[in-house]
Amino acid sequence: MILIDCPYCGEREQSEFTNGGEAHVIRPKNPEALSDKEWGQYVFYRSNPKGIFYERWNHSHGCRKWFNAVRDTSTDTILKIYKLTDNRPDISEFKSSLKSPSGEPAVGSGNFAVKK
Amino acid sequence: MWESPEPKKGYDVIIVGGGGHGLGTAYYLAKEHGIKNIAVIEKGWLGGGNTGRNTTIIRSNYLWNESAHLYDHSVKLWENLSEELNFNMMFSQRGVMNLAHNEHDIKEMKRRISANRLNGLDTQWLDTKQIEELVPIMNTKNLRYPVLGAAFQPRGGVARHDAVAWGYALRSNEMGVDIIQNCEVKDIKTDNHKVEGVNTSKGFIKANKVAVVASGHTSVLAQTAGVKLPLQSRPLQALVSEPIKPVINTVVMSNAVHAYVSQSDKGELVIGAGTDGYNSFTQRGGYDVIEETVRAIVELYPIFGKMKMLRQWGGIVDICPDASPIISKCEVKGLYFNCGWGTGGFKATPGSANVFAHTVAKDEPHKINAAFNLERFSDGRLIDEHGAAAVAH
Repeated sequence: MILIDCPYCGEREQSEFTNGGEAHVIRPKNPEALSDKEWGQYVFYRSNPKGIFYERWNHSHGCRKWFNAVRDTSTDTILKIYKLTDNRPDISEFKSSLKSPSGEPAVGSGNFAVKK
Repeated sequence: MWESPEPKKGYDVIIVGGGGHGLGTAYYLAKEHGIKNIAVIEKGWLGGGNTGRNTTIIRSNYLWNESAHLYDHSVKLWENLSEELNFNMMFSQRGVMNLAHNEHDIKEMKRRISANRLNGLDTQWLDTKQIEELVPIMNTKNLRYPVLGAAFQPRGGVARHDAVAWGYALRSNEMGVDIIQNCEVKDIKTDNHKVEGVNTSKGFIKANKVAVVASGHTSVLAQTAGVKLPLQSRPLQALVSEPIKPVINTVVMSNAVHAYVSQSDKGELVIGAGTDGYNSFTQRGGYDVIEETVRAIVELYPIFGKMKMLRQWGGIVDICPDASPIISKCEVKGLYFNCGWGTGGFKATPGSANVFAHTVAKDEPHKINAAFNLERFSDGRLIDEHGAAAVAH
């Protein structure tokens, strides 16, 4: 269970919230001009990083407002929470502790098959 | 036991991921396609990922023809696997029951049963009385979502999860496959849209072909080769109880209230919980997800109300938009993916490995996995199995 600091209500349990997937996905302005492949990329493909991830949350069992968060998916640490009207924070603000793309963090992983 | 060699400089095929699917792929490549210069590279230990973290349920009662063919190919291989590998899979065809709790469930399941029968599968409809006879401990009436019927596949069942990894490891090793454990693939090296090899924690290893079967981490590795996959990684949890005398001799799954349970040969109840509602690689999962499952289990089986749970764990599953896997080549020559199994990959282990080995060896899909390509996410030929996948995505 992680705690999420709703910008409108304060810190609550994650089970009060609904995740809205990747943030900052922009609908193409000219869908008719896109190839099937490009349209498929927009509809089905989302980034899935191990590490820094920009995502949307909705406080569905609270104020029901949407907001964005930056979370490290390798540890579930929430690095930043910001409103939809705020600018996307630059990725250089955040540090990932992973040494390789599929490696395990020093703290925060339950992968005991790999952790030494 | 299999050997633990140091990696050679190069291989014909490198398989990334030493779970059941990866080791099985090595086995069928060596046995059916005559390719022996193979390495299976595993970050942790064999079968320590999702092969060792699932609830071992095997069935093939999927809705669409493509899926029914793929999953039943697998069930048929399971039926002879102990003999083929000379290793006891403890495969037990005790039947798998999917409960219906509302009018929609009934209609959807009856439709699926009809589709299954057209594909030659042994699924059948059970009414509440028949369910009570098979599972006398179930509370079918006095609960919020009463049990109104079930789809039942008698050929379904369970198998020993470690045995499938160990069996494939032993037999492929005998045929000359190198099994390299505790070696992490850090990235996939490509040159001019052709695969060159993999960078690992034991240095660079050259390969003509690289086959990635790394479940939750597949898309992360694909990214290092510049390939995007339509996958999202999420924790999926399971738990087991203290061992008790035999009380339930079939597998019972319920989509609607999200509880599924079977009893292991040791006597433990093996209980599958759901996925967390957000992307994560932590291999833990949230407590509220377990709470929801246990609540449903206790309501369905009041007899389990005072049992103690022994262990709980999580695995990272790679979920595809249409809840069907991807067994495909990609735009990089010599790079193959077997992924997107999401919450239901264990049942498919032998079938998936078998057709994937064909895909890697011939550089073209077997007719069984031809539809499970990457192109379906641009041409729209999705294989939507959200109804048949047991865990809601």
